[in-house]
Amino acid sequence: MGGLLTEAFIASLLFGAVTVGIPLLLAGLGEQISEKSGVLNIGIEGMMLMGAYGGFVAAYYTESFWLGFIAGGILGTVVASLMVLFCVLLSMNQIVIGIALTIGAEGLTALLHHFQFSRTYPRMPEVPILDIPGLQNIPVIGPAFFERHPLVYLSVLLVVFVSWMFRRTQIGLNLQAAGDKPAALDAAGVDVKLTRACAVLTTGFLAGLGGAFMANVGAGLFVPHMTHGAGFIGIVLAMLARGKPVWVLLGAALFGASLALTTALQVAGLNIPTDVVQMLPFAMVIVVLILFARHSYLPPALGLPYHRGER
Amino acid sequence: MIFSAARVFVPIVMALAVGGLILLALGKDPFAYYEYVVGRGLLSWSGFQQTVIRAAPLLLIASGLIIAFRAGIWNLGVDGQFLLAAVASAALAPVLILALPSWLTIIICCGVSIAVAMAWSVVPAFLKTRYGLNEIITTLMMTFLGISLANVLVKLPLNDPDNTVPQTMTLPVPDRLGRLFDTTIHSGIIISLIAVLAVHFVMTRTAFGLKLQIVGANPRAAKHAGLNVGRLTFATFAISAGLAGLGGAVEILGVWGTMRADWNPAYGLLVIPLVFLARFHGIAVIGFTLLFAILMIGGESASRRMGVPNFYVLVLVALLLIFLALVEYLDHLSRQRKKA
Repeated sequence: MGGLLTEAFIASLLFGAVTVGIPLLLAGLGEQISEKSGVLNIGIEGMMLMGAYGGFVAAYYTESFWLGFIAGGILGTVVASLMVLFCVLLSMNQIVIGIALTIGAEGLTALLHHFQFSRTYPRMPEVPILDIPGLQNIPVIGPAFFERHPLVYLSVLLVVFVSWMFRRTQIGLNLQAAGDKPAALDAAGVDVKLTRACAVLTTGFLAGLGGAFMANVGAGLFVPHMTHGAGFIGIVLAMLARGKPVWVLLGAALFGASLALTTALQVAGLNIPTDVVQMLPFAMVIVVLILFARHSYLPPALGLPYHRGER
Repeated sequence: MIFSAARVFVPIVMALAVGGLILLALGKDPFAYYEYVVGRGLLSWSGFQQTVIRAAPLLLIASGLIIAFRAGIWNLGVDGQFLLAAVASAALAPVLILALPSWLTIIICCGVSIAVAMAWSVVPAFLKTRYGLNEIITTLMMTFLGISLANVLVKLPLNDPDNTVPQTMTLPVPDRLGRLFDTTIHSGIIISLIAVLAVHFVMTRTAFGLKLQIVGANPRAAKHAGLNVGRLTFATFAISAGLAGLGGAVEILGVWGTMRADWNPAYGLLVIPLVFLARFHGIAVIGFTLLFAILMIGGESASRRMGVPNFYVLVLVALLLIFLALVEYLDHLSRQRKKA
């Protein structure tokens, strides 16, 4: 155990934490936007998975990471548009539809993968990176944070942008009102369903983007069911962050680190079964929930469809 | 009556139709596929027995979900509860059988499995009653945790070194749940049918069931009516997890006799749509479970024979859920229009 806190171990832990944390961050931010507007988006796991598959296929055939990310985002949005149609416009049960979208995406992506690639798992080429001059040379931290794909930096910037949007813009206020008191928003002359629809579509895009990042950058390949609950972790992050994007970032970093521990421990020469390490993030969620549950916050109108004129 | 039949069959037909289009797009003949599924899962004697065997754990999970959903509790963590209970039975049975008669072994295993599954539901129940935390999230987290924990247990402390594949020790075939008559069907199906009927009776004919229904319909009103909502919530979690756990025990004691690492049939998420389709009705759920078991057994064999992976069944289930909700919505709309 003496050699555990070596430079190599910490470097690989930090590097892995960023790689695994970015999809969680994108999913968590997306879910936060949805939840703020009053839609509990259980289908986010399905949106990520579709984004992962679509993003991988697009990137693999066009050999462009960016096209892959855009395709992933679009596919996530497509799944989200089903959620909008059924849950926002038709006011159907958000839980049933969310589960349906997740199960459906699990089945569909696995099916499509089977017919496209049979039993082979082709890999993406090496990830192109953008160095941040000056900072990249810092030992340990440099390679983990400043020699990454540009999307990593963009995702972190997105946290700042979403914070600003929530606090300083009309859109942020509208979202908040749609989740807290939709009737008031309606009375103010803003379309509640439109606000929620935009929120859910944004969620879909971000979740799909996160999925595509997971496949193209994180794993370098697509495996059926590869998101393995990442979307659900995103939901938990959004719930514990109490509407503050910065807390989603912190949470994603924490979960990313605990997920990245497997590889880091292998670098340190310790062989802990993957199953044990896979338990870590979920065990952490439970512990965090038990310790901080009283601090979690959900909008009052969450999960309730809006009908004009109804009490 | 005609309308309720339409509400059930229209979504099924629509799901099969859209699913068929997907098959067509993948270059497979949907009619041949469905014909094969029905022929294999229902019309052949060995397939039919398999279908009934498969229905046993599904029915137990479904009966637990009926109670939970009627009480307004979204226990989406049945998979973890099911698997950990299965591990408990798989670990205990081969050891107990050395000292005890098989009937006693089976009873003890079922009891321990139920207790394990119940214990796994305590955390979500606590977080829900104490802090009002949404149980969808907590049960899902517990289920992921449980699936990994089950794997760890099977691979490390419970691993039988005599096998190359990591798995627990095996309960000999003669000591497993008894077979019915001359068939391969084990008596677990009887247990599960009794469970479903008992749940249906409790929910529709007893005071306890009524209390749960009130909590489900309006927890605030229930509190005002003097009901102990917290205790009822704990009870609901315990019963629904316990029934899922019994499902795990029955599957191990009746079918496998051992638990392999990475075995996770993921029945939980698949049974949820069935329970919705049956509108939380105990008798109706039996029919849907049988239907679904036919689809699963037929689909498994079709995946080998026709090159359509079993993932297709997942797509069908998702379509079924969506169309079900859609038909429900249209029905609701037309009733509102009649009122107006």
